[in-house]
Amino acid sequence: MGMTVVEKILARATGRTHVQPGEVLEPCVDLAMSHENSALVINQFQEIFKGTGLEARVWDPSKIAIIFDHRVPAESAKTATNQKRIRQFVREQGIQKFHDIRGDEGGICHQVLVESGYVLPGYVVVGTDSHTTTHGALGAFAFGIGATEMASVWTLGRVLNVEVPQTIKVILSGRIPPFVGAKDVILALIGKLTAQGANFKVLEFHGDTVRRLPTSGRLTLCNMAIEAGATSGIVPPDEETLRYLRSECGITGLQIEDLLPDPDASYAEVVELDVSSLTPMVAFPHAVDNVRSVEEAYGLAVDQIMIGSCTNGRLEDIEIAARILRGKKIARTVRLLVFPASYRVYHQALEKGYIKELLEAGAVIMNPGCGPCLGVHQGILGDGERGLSTTNRNFKGRMGNPNAEVYLCSPAVAAASALTGVITDPRQIGLTTEDNLS
Amino acid sequence: MAKVVLLLGDDISTDHIYPGRFMATVLPSETPKYAFADYPLNEKLNAGQIPPDSIVVAGENFGCGSSREQAVSALKGWGLVVIAKSFARIFLHNAINLGLRVVICPQLEAAEGDELEVTEKEVINHTSGKRFPIVPLPAARQAILDAGGLIAYTRKRLLEERGGY
Repeated sequence: MGMTVVEKILARATGRTHVQPGEVLEPCVDLAMSHENSALVINQFQEIFKGTGLEARVWDPSKIAIIFDHRVPAESAKTATNQKRIRQFVREQGIQKFHDIRGDEGGICHQVLVESGYVLPGYVVVGTDSHTTTHGALGAFAFGIGATEMASVWTLGRVLNVEVPQTIKVILSGRIPPFVGAKDVILALIGKLTAQGANFKVLEFHGDTVRRLPTSGRLTLCNMAIEAGATSGIVPPDEETLRYLRSECGITGLQIEDLLPDPDASYAEVVELDVSSLTPMVAFPHAVDNVRSVEEAYGLAVDQIMIGSCTNGRLEDIEIAARILRGKKIARTVRLLVFPASYRVYHQALEKGYIKELLEAGAVIMNPGCGPCLGVHQGILGDGERGLSTTNRNFKGRMGNPNAEVYLCSPAVAAASALTGVITDPRQIGLTTEDNLS
Repeated sequence: MAKVVLLLGDDISTDHIYPGRFMATVLPSETPKYAFADYPLNEKLNAGQIPPDSIVVAGENFGCGSSREQAVSALKGWGLVVIAKSFARIFLHNAINLGLRVVICPQLEAAEGDELEVTEKEVINHTSGKRFPIVPLPAARQAILDAGGLIAYTRKRLLEERGGY
């Protein structure tokens, strides 16, 4: 029996020739990522060593990445103190892939890891963040774990008791229409699968749509695989993967042939989606799988719009927003907050003039980081307010206020809506075909 | 036997269990204060009106969303038991790792105030007189359960590999 991509990665990570769903393995970890919750990981890590007589040292400081992004700069004394403790731990342990709050190399963990070349095809990547699924876009098996499990990884260099997951083959076919993008594709898919439709399984993305999709769009797809409950999303690596790693990270000489799924690989399910007539999509409150066409949301007044996050804060996303808002003004009734996903993205957007265009349109440019996505700071919604956001979750209270609503959408819908102050179909704003945004 | 103190539907996320605005708090000694912060149950918990072993009953996909471990330590701190039709992967693993008592019971019918008893194979609703079968926790995690949690299990494995004491 052939193997899926994740089965091949797990076989390699355990030194075996073959694995199958249901087997329990202890794969070696190539990259272990955490953010501010490293404070809790450190506590648990020290607890493991308590009473052993052994010095508490991480298994391999070159394979641990710590990136500050969830609350940057610190929103409270508590966070600042946690960050201070983490910096000290990083120094003591010699952790090399550490990205502090800096304007040259900081940003959201799921962007920093990718653009820094820390994630390669075939890697086993774990992160104390559910959106670690993002890194499957580069052909890695990447999944979220809890802080205690990370402490265990820091100690042993392996994830204990991993059950080989079943894989769902997702076939995306057709050309994505103008003003529609990867975000709309994944929202439509989540609507179809439901929030638990892929629980404990991997989504392996196939089809001509995926082959044509640049890495930025693949990152958006895999990022939200968790919103269907998936352990991970993964794109079998191809020429585009190699192109991205070569041009963005200067990495060459990679072998990807051994990672491709076998023709006789076994899948739990095959899900097909033709995207050629897809419309822009919106996830209504308070569930990510409550997905409808933007036409059904048209006219709903919004108070705050956020463009950014690990889902949609990349250069291509900011470019779409800048092209829609160029030379125009956002409505007086909305606040538009733009968070580049990393400082590299920020610098690139500056050079291309997007930041100036967005500022002139009335947007507020925020510092790279998670911003209000998880409801801590930098744009909490008021009572009864409606937020429209390119982020990935809209659970009740997600943006810091249980008495507010969050609608999820693509950067194109967000930018078009900023112009009007109501949820707006970007296909209706009168751009020419040269502005085809897909 | 213990009382159902909260009845929830499907897809209850870790944001519902432990809102993101409290995530700077990480210590298991401090997180319980914010358990179900936006539900009336929170006040009752903090007022000491909910005895340990009280039961939260939920539908499918309990604990979906963020991997935050505070959602587990907050419930564990009050000694709550969660019985759900199914759990999201990361939450279930975190619960087993930290020793929060979780029970998978796909057919459970219960209302707030019902008295439930959890046996090895079933949940007995003493209020309605009905019995519902339990689905065992993942076999892959048995070694962690047996060791009393992931800290103890990792410590054991560490000592086996590197020696110590």
